[in-house]
Amino acid sequence: MSGTFSYLLDGSRWAWGVTGSFPERIVEHLGYTFLGLAIAFVIAFPIGLLIGHTGRFAFLAINAGNAGRSLPTLGLLSIVVVISGIGLLPVVIGLVVLAIPPILTTTYAAVQAVDRATIDAARGMGMTESKILFGVELPIGLPLILGGIRNATLQVVSTATVAAYVGLGGLGRYLIDGIATRDYPQVVAGSLLVGLLAIVLDLILAGFQRLVVSPGVDGRAVKGRGRRTSRPGDSPTSTPDDTSPDGTTPDDTVPTAPSVTPAPTHER
Amino acid sequence: MSGIGDYLASLVDYLDVNGTLVWDALQQHVVLALVPVVIALVLSLPIGYLAVRYGWLYHPLLNLSSLLYAIPSLALFAVLPLLLGTRILDPLNIVVALSIYTLALLVRTVADGLRSVDPTITQAATAIGYRRIRRLVSVELPIALPVLFAGLRVATVSNISLVSVGALVGVGGLGQLFTRGFQLFYSVPIVVGLVLSIALALLADLLLVLAQRALTPWTRAGVSTR
Repeated sequence: MSGTFSYLLDGSRWAWGVTGSFPERIVEHLGYTFLGLAIAFVIAFPIGLLIGHTGRFAFLAINAGNAGRSLPTLGLLSIVVVISGIGLLPVVIGLVVLAIPPILTTTYAAVQAVDRATIDAARGMGMTESKILFGVELPIGLPLILGGIRNATLQVVSTATVAAYVGLGGLGRYLIDGIATRDYPQVVAGSLLVGLLAIVLDLILAGFQRLVVSPGVDGRAVKGRGRRTSRPGDSPTSTPDDTSPDGTTPDDTVPTAPSVTPAPTHER
Repeated sequence: MSGIGDYLASLVDYLDVNGTLVWDALQQHVVLALVPVVIALVLSLPIGYLAVRYGWLYHPLLNLSSLLYAIPSLALFAVLPLLLGTRILDPLNIVVALSIYTLALLVRTVADGLRSVDPTITQAATAIGYRRIRRLVSVELPIALPVLFAGLRVATVSNISLVSVGALVGVGGLGQLFTRGFQLFYSVPIVVGLVLSIALALLADLLLVLAQRALTPWTRAGVSTR
């Protein structure tokens, strides 16, 4: 373990612009991760929205999850390398194929799980189909969709290490090279950096989620507004809060309930 | 068309020459993928139960499990010999690593499954006179079975595809066919490995679906859910 720390804390490995330094490997790793996720998002997100909204081809979205999981990334990577040669392409294809299923499946599930009564109300108010999709279904489904993206990010960050196997860079270099030379401090250092990167990215996405998800959807609004939902006229609107597709929402509202007590004094 | 025919012929040739190697790899793959599922299932039941019974444990446990999930499999495969004192080529490393991942996944599943049980049902069971443990085994667990099976299917299928990463540290079941094909720059072994690995995952998934149907007959009786 002490070997790992001296490896990690060696200042010369943190120098910018040096080939094989930590910053360079981290940037490479982030590059593969971002490229894979971005392409997967562009493909999977619209398809998931459409399938969720129309309800057609739902089997596609459901089975995509299982199909993607059953496909070994190492095998996919190797076959694309053998066919197209060593380069960025096989790695990106591998990561895209890995990231599509979680994004597609959760986007579909999020849109599909929106309460029918809410959608009927939106339609009754005269909203067009695209307004319903982007103004109602998407904001309500957003927590779940972002959960899927966080999940995909986690998988892609940790799988991007395999890029090193086919001769590319990234943090996987420390793992592959370390294993090849039995240099365990290097392996452990690389693993720690990948783990840290995954945690940091997840925290950033969690912050982003807090920023873009409407306070009315994830239960934060309950904090300030007190017991508004318990008004008799509001009873239909309180259902989407209780039966949210994401199991965490009712859970989040419980701890915030006690803190409601001081809030009404501000309002009065 | 002859291109495909030629390719199929070379696949058959490869299996003819390397039949025992492929068969051994397949057997190793099955063991490496499924033993961790059994280990993790046995461990996840009490841990998941504790997470529900003592509510304050729920979030720390789930955070820990998603943290464990963030460790790259390759890293865990490589570092475990150091922690366990095993040899680097010991299949035990792969089994332990995959058990950790599966456990991380199943603890969440068990906890969510038990939490999905309608409290009125638990209260009714208590009112009839069920004690805690008997209520857990004969009321709550059966009701949680659909959620549990969903998690079990995810864990099993992803385990089967994860095993192959072990090939990079020398023990990887069908993954050996991938590294072999990469080293030879020859696609046939890779295709054989991919097909077998996917077939194995589909078969395991199918068996779990059948097991679930057999174990939860009540979910198909009466009104369907949504």
